[in-house]
Order: sequence, then C-alpha cells, then structure tokens
Amino acid sequence: MSGSSAMASEAGPLTSAADPASMSSATGLSNEARTVEVDSHTINFGPQHPAAHGVLRLILEMKGEMVERADPHIGLLHRGTEKLIEYKTYLQAMPYMDRLDYVSPMCMEHSWVLAVERLLHIDNEVPERARVIRTMFAELTRILNHLLNVTTYALDCGAITPALWGFEQREHLLEFYEAAGGSHYHVNYFRPGGVSRDLPAGLTDRIAGWCDQFPKFLDDLEGLLTNNRIFKQRTVDIGIMTAEMAMEWGFSGPCLRASGVPWDLRKSQPYEIYDQLDFEIPVGRQGDCYDRYLIRMMEMRQSLSMVKQCLGRLKPGPIKILDNKIVPPKRGEMKRSMESLIHHFKLYTEGFHVPEGATYTVTEAPKGEFGMYLVADGTNKPYRCKVRAPGFAHLQAMEVLSKGHMLADAVAIIGSLDIVFGEIDR
Amino acid sequence: MVENAILAELGETVQAALPGSRTTIERGAELVLTLPREGLVAAMRRLRDEFHFEQLMDLCGTDWPNRPLRFEVVYNLLSLTQNRRIRVVVATDAATPVPSIASVWPCATWYEREAWDMYGVVFEGQTDLRRLLTDYGFEGHPLRKDFPLTGHVEVRWDEERKQVVYEPVKLQQDWRNFDFLSPWEGMTTLPGDEKVHLNRIEGGKA
Repeated sequence: MSGSSAMASEAGPLTSAADPASMSSATGLSNEARTVEVDSHTINFGPQHPAAHGVLRLILEMKGEMVERADPHIGLLHRGTEKLIEYKTYLQAMPYMDRLDYVSPMCMEHSWVLAVERLLHIDNEVPERARVIRTMFAELTRILNHLLNVTTYALDCGAITPALWGFEQREHLLEFYEAAGGSHYHVNYFRPGGVSRDLPAGLTDRIAGWCDQFPKFLDDLEGLLTNNRIFKQRTVDIGIMTAEMAMEWGFSGPCLRASGVPWDLRKSQPYEIYDQLDFEIPVGRQGDCYDRYLIRMMEMRQSLSMVKQCLGRLKPGPIKILDNKIVPPKRGEMKRSMESLIHHFKLYTEGFHVPEGATYTVTEAPKGEFGMYLVADGTNKPYRCKVRAPGFAHLQAMEVLSKGHMLADAVAIIGSLDIVFGEIDR
Repeated sequence: MVENAILAELGETVQAALPGSRTTIERGAELVLTLPREGLVAAMRRLRDEFHFEQLMDLCGTDWPNRPLRFEVVYNLLSLTQNRRIRVVVATDAATPVPSIASVWPCATWYEREAWDMYGVVFEGQTDLRRLLTDYGFEGHPLRKDFPLTGHVEVRWDEERKQVVYEPVKLQQDWRNFDFLSPWEGMTTLPGDEKVHLNRIEGGKA
C-alpha cells in the first residue's frame, strides 16, 4: 500500500460521510482488488512502561494495530507476603498489609484486623470511637485511591492537568494519615481491637476544613474530564464488560458496579458502622471505561459525605478494647504496674494467641472485594493467610476486555481497571 | 441468630443435593462445604445454577503436611442475588489432580495457576497450567510448609559475566525460628501441673 492511496482511502469517509455514493466513488477509483497483508506480531508491553501502572508485563499479540491476544505476565513484584506472614505474629503481620495495595493502605489493614477480630471473637467488643475512626479513614482512603486512579488514568488518556491537581489533594489526605498514624503511606494504624492511638488534637477540624474545599476540587476535576471530547473518545465504548461477564470473571467493586450490578459490601454485608451511615451506591450501565471513571467520581462524593457523617459521630471514648492480652497497656501504666509491664513484654515478643479456626473476611476496598482467608491453628502465628486481591481478577479479564481494540485502547483499559501490583503480586 | 438458621437450612439443602458432601458452620457464621474430588465440576455448576452462587471470589490452596491428603483447595463462592457466601473445600495430595473449574468460572484459571505455582496442586482439564507469580524457570512450590522461608536460590548481578546469576542461598546468620509455645497463653497445662489444670477445667464447668 503506497502512502498516497492510504491517505485517499482514509480521507474518503471523512469528506463524504454524508453521501455514501460519492464515498464509493472516492475510494473505488480503481476497481481492481487490492490485497493488504497484515501480519500478526507480538509486542512486549512493560514491565517498565509508564502506562503499565507498575510492573505489568503484557504480551500483546497484535493483528495490525488490533489486539488479538493479551497475556499479562505478573509476579514481578511478588514478595512472598503470604509466606512471610506465616512466620510472623499477628501484630507483626500488620505492616505487610500496608504494602499490598500501597495506594490505599488503611483499607488493606481493615480486612486484616476484621479477620483477626473475628477469629478472636472480639468483633462485637470494639469500642464505638475506634469503629468511627476506622470507617472515616477507610473512606478517606477510598478518596485517596480514586484520586490517584482517576488522575493517572487521565494521564494515560492524554490529560496532564488532573494529575497535577489531584496530587495536591492527595498530599492533604496523606498529611492526615501522618497525623493519625505517624507515616505518610505505610501507617500501620489499625489494630485488632481498635486503632493504635487516638487522633491528635485538632485533626478533626483539619479534616472538616479539607472536606469543605474538596467538592470545589471535584467540580474542577469533572470539568476537565467528564465532558472532555478527547477523554470521551478514548474511553466511551472501550473495554465493555456486560454484567454477566463481570460476574463470571470475578469482578467486584467499581468495575462490577460500572457493569450495572448494584453490589456493594458496605450495603449488602455491612461491617463497622456502615449500616448507620447514609450513602448511595452509584451504578453504571454500559460497563465501559468511561462508566468506570464516572463511578469512581461519584463514589468520591459519597465517601466525602460519609467522612462528614463520621466526623459528626466522633464522641470521646476508648479507642481500643480493654483486654490487655490483645492490646498493649498504656505507656503510663507500664511504668508503675508490674502486670502491665509483663503484658507489654509478652505482646511484643510472643504476641497473642488466636484460637483455632478459619475465616474468609471481606471488606469493600476502593478497588473491590478485598478478602482475607485466614486460618489460625491456636498459636501466635497465622497458619495460612490468603489475600484475595480485587485487581487480580480484574487484570485476568484483560484479554476479553482488550480483544479487537487498538493498542492505545489497551492502555485506557488498564487504567480503568485500577491495577496496583502490590496487591496482585503480593 | 436468624442468620444461623438460614445458613443451617441452606447447608442441609446443599448437603442433600450433592452426594458425598458434608457441611459445617464455622464459628456460627460461615458455611463450609466439603466436597469429594469426583464430580467437582458438576457440583460446582449446580452450586452456581441451582443455588445461585454466581461468583467465584477466591480459590487457594492450604498445606497440611500431617494429613494423608495434605492439600486443601478452598473455593470461596459468593451469591450476589441471595447475599450469601459458601466455602467449598476439596482435599487432595501432590499426585492426585483436582478437576479444573475453569469451564464453570473462567476466572478460575489464574487462581488455579497460582495454586499450582504455590502448592503444586495439579488441576485436571486446565489448559494453561503455567506458573504465575514466581520467576521464570523457578523450581519448587514456595507456600508448601516444607519449603524454606529463605528459598533455595538467590540472584545477583555478576560483573564479570555481565549477567544475573542464580546461586544457592548463603545465609549470613543461621535461620532462627523461635518457639513461642510458652506457658503464658499457649500452653495452658504446665508440666507436672496436669491435675490442677484438670480440676480448674472441671470446676469451671460445674
């Protein structure tokens, strides 16, 4: 195919789309049959590609510019978390959770503490204030996660400004993390039986102040993207997942809701104080990349409202259960009471023992159903800990999602699935 | 406790419908169904179609080296329409394959690949049983209880050969595994104290 004829055949439909008759005359200047050979070839996408959202190595078999097969090779960030946890006490295993989905650390901790609390049979004893704090930070984390996903997703589709704006907001949220738990990302804040320490003075006011300005930012962000012609061209009708397909591919979270399945664990199987909060579940219709984006934008508004409700519910009170066999005693007591000293020492050397049993505990993490299959054998270490990462199932559907799409659409699909390798590779 | 009754009822129905199965309720909240390997695919299909467990959320292996069938394959199913969960457990050993359920739920493929990678459980009928998470050319199944935490090989960049080389692991310090089964909480009966302990338990019951 020579360059000029390719131009002509491409220009044909554009100039004469209104008149099919003239179109055929434009392209059919010569009626002889032309054979264009398009051979399939393989592209190695990643693992060091900025649009691969981490260390994804995607083997793309292309037919021309169309994706014929997509075979994700994962495991490049496999750190053996599940194996390591089998050799750690329940308390020592906590920090590994932050490092799973490092974009939403506290939601990862949440599944872990709920699973351990269930096995310890203390899930009904966690004080109210601890529950409210945990719920509030889970929702702040959801905003944190969606902010990163939506803005970098826009980056994949050619818009730079959302990422620049979004990261400023993320920084505010990470400062709340730091104020509460002492660290920007890997906070290790939740504990079986509550949270590690109380909120510092003034933090609730700072969060409330942030809540006041955030809707303005969301409006600005939506103004940049929602009706943006380029963004819509890149995402509408790309990577469509029907509800049936989404169910059989194990989808959950925003990706499942975008396909039109009204399912949210916070509503259907409520944990913490979600049954007392007033919120709505946005549900999509098309199941394409654009719907997945819209769902996340709407979820951020819902999360914001939940954070405000939690702030209103925050009453003074204990932030941990009182059983010193599970949570450490106060620092001040340790200096005076022999028993407290022993408890402290034993907790940080041996840790607490968890009765025999198994649980599959789930939470609605920002990316979907984050499950923890935890088997305890009565000792101080978990016997088996399986992390069910939502992104694992989503990435697996990459082939069905991208088949027949252009290479550039594969990038948009990866972005819309919210892939983070910390949780997929574990 | 209404939930309990519903779970128990569902458990009985499932148990009656699937021959060779056994249901238990873990901690009064989670329904566990033990199935034989034979006819697993048909049973899973019935669970999906008749009992409306539409989604396979998780599939993983568990290693119990002291049991005659050392591996358990654990399936966590979710019903979106009934808002229920069920855990299906199938026992096997390293030599006996488990029927693959990728024909029932296509998402089972990666989970089965992971279970093969981590435990060496073979899935019969799975066409794509490549390793998933470990390195290319990895040997062994790392989540087995007899696989050392440090692994067998380590990698480094060899400046002379200008390539990454694999070598047996050299530990700077001996591997230490502390025994925490102390009398504090783990061991409830001290050696020589059995009689006292027995009295305490029986006293508590009365």
